[in-house]
Amino acid sequence: MSPLHLSHFTASSCLGHGLDAMQTMLLQQKSGLRPCHFETVNDLATYIGETPNVDAAALPATLAAHNCRNNRLAWLGLQQDGFSAAVEAAIARHGRRRVGVFLGTSTAGILQTELAYRRRDPVSGALPDDFIYATTHNTYSVAGFVREYFQLEGPAMVVSTACSSSAKVFGSAARMIEAGLIDAAVVGGVDSLCLTTLYGFNSLELLAPEPCRPFDVERQGLSIGEAAAFVLLERPADDLAADAVLLLGVGESSDAHHMSSPHPDGLGARMAMAAALQSAGLQASDIDYINLHGTATPGNDAAEGKAVAALFGDRTPSSSTKGATGHTLGAAGGLEAIICAIALQRGFLPGGCNTRQLDPAIPIRYLTANADIAPRRVLSNSFGFGGTNCSLVLGRAS
Amino acid sequence: MSIKHSLEAWIDGIGLLGPGLDNWPAAQPVLAATTAYVAQPLVVPAPLALPPAERRRVGQSVKIALAVAQEAVTAAQADAKQLAAVFASSGADGDNCDAICKVLASDDRHISPTRFHNSVHNAPAGYWGIASGAMTPATVVCAYDASFGAGLLEAMTQVGAVAAGVLLVAYEAPYPEPLQAKRPHPSAFGLALVLMPQRGPRSLARIRIELVDAVADTMANAELEALRQQIPCARGLPLAQALAGGGAARVVLEYLAPLSLAVEIEACN
Repeated sequence: MSPLHLSHFTASSCLGHGLDAMQTMLLQQKSGLRPCHFETVNDLATYIGETPNVDAAALPATLAAHNCRNNRLAWLGLQQDGFSAAVEAAIARHGRRRVGVFLGTSTAGILQTELAYRRRDPVSGALPDDFIYATTHNTYSVAGFVREYFQLEGPAMVVSTACSSSAKVFGSAARMIEAGLIDAAVVGGVDSLCLTTLYGFNSLELLAPEPCRPFDVERQGLSIGEAAAFVLLERPADDLAADAVLLLGVGESSDAHHMSSPHPDGLGARMAMAAALQSAGLQASDIDYINLHGTATPGNDAAEGKAVAALFGDRTPSSSTKGATGHTLGAAGGLEAIICAIALQRGFLPGGCNTRQLDPAIPIRYLTANADIAPRRVLSNSFGFGGTNCSLVLGRAS
Repeated sequence: MSIKHSLEAWIDGIGLLGPGLDNWPAAQPVLAATTAYVAQPLVVPAPLALPPAERRRVGQSVKIALAVAQEAVTAAQADAKQLAAVFASSGADGDNCDAICKVLASDDRHISPTRFHNSVHNAPAGYWGIASGAMTPATVVCAYDASFGAGLLEAMTQVGAVAAGVLLVAYEAPYPEPLQAKRPHPSAFGLALVLMPQRGPRSLARIRIELVDAVADTMANAELEALRQQIPCARGLPLAQALAGGGAARVVLEYLAPLSLAVEIEACN
């Protein structure tokens, strides 16, 4: 593919609002995971990554119809790091119709619906009048919110492929730019805490009773997180700074195996990584760091480990940053692309948090501590329910 | 202002399922107005390509999606394993969503693990992979009422970018109450297209699309127009009608205001 420039980006998660907060936590290898006391959820013995002050975010009155936790988190994210101003500048350069919005989410504003179901009319069963389906519940609602926030008039959509959603949007945006339909795209992902995912992963017995420990021999499952991750994607200018971050490749595949378990040998994951390398015109040996999907469930990490070992051997430094952020589901691809961008710009490799004893059965080079190595090209994995896989290759301009 | 860039592909197979529209061969004369439209409740075929264990677990939305996907691929005589897939839906599995929300609003919040993994918007894509064995990329898009247009745009840019065939599956299933009152879809509906980068022996028509400023076309038949207006994937009906008519036609499909999608169809003879 033709490389694209991540000309601006920002992320908000349990590591804090904006890039500085996240970078500080990553450099100190600190985790944002805390015991779960979300909303009325006090009966799950698990840890979560809750973004601070989401409910204090007040949407502008003109966007009141979009009010739900997911869009409050999106709005909060858009206020950080001058991201909104960067998008406004891109709109001024390219025009309202030439800037697309492609965001990933798995559950959008479903929490709003969960709360509305508690307030059903006791006689008719009807949902309350103040529940607005289109702008809060519908899967598209977060992209609709962002499109309206910026008063954009170009193409927009949500990609909702569970936990690969906000990695796949990079591919959709790249194809749309390549086809000449747009000149820039707001991509990324927003997924927020809700009861469906907390009780859902609990029903599958995939929640860890402790902060998740990716690739640990005693890993017990995942910790749910939430995040808003935004990237402005444009064609690279001729005079890019050396530390400018480029999207070099996107690879996608499907497991065709099972709805909630990965292919046991990680075949689909391996195909996605190989396709991303091919898309970037690179070899496995060109990759300096892999941000693993690494959810810390026994099956997921084992399958991903096999896939990475098959393609990269035990040479390439790798880690999952979900011990720090939790699994932010539909926002994970975008959030972890931004973590990769920070690593590329700042010149370090983030070690995974919480992992005490590496699983000896997984023959990859897993970093449990930050490494003072400046990567030039990195790969980020995002896999999800339904056997959906997406890998991104990012690199420095020079 | 019309944006100049147009995208081109060849349609090799069509799948269609809606009330009174049992499949593409049955729908074609109705859409071409040589046979009268008779509204009838939709009968969704069982997804026989799924293993029995999975077949028991799927709801109506997956069945609709898989039925039109299979019809289009069979008609195209295409190898499903070679096709990338784009699924487009506004609401995905409404029955499942309602069941989960009811349990979460009750005193016992234990939800079913099967319901949970079926709640993802990409459940039909996952089951399609299991049914077809396709390990090719599959993406899943949603743009509320513009979901058909978003899916068509995504599929057409994929054909252009990777020069390989793409299966587009647009589907919708109605919500049960109380969500139905907030988001009323009168029926399930599905429309699938096999889009190829080159003309082949099975090609039915060439399709070109571009983003335009124009008012979307409507259906002359009032009942079909009601479907178009009330079911997001049925926003593709004017395209299906153009295909049913044979020959050459240009239709405008609803997309995200102020943009519409102009679609040019030219039948292969």
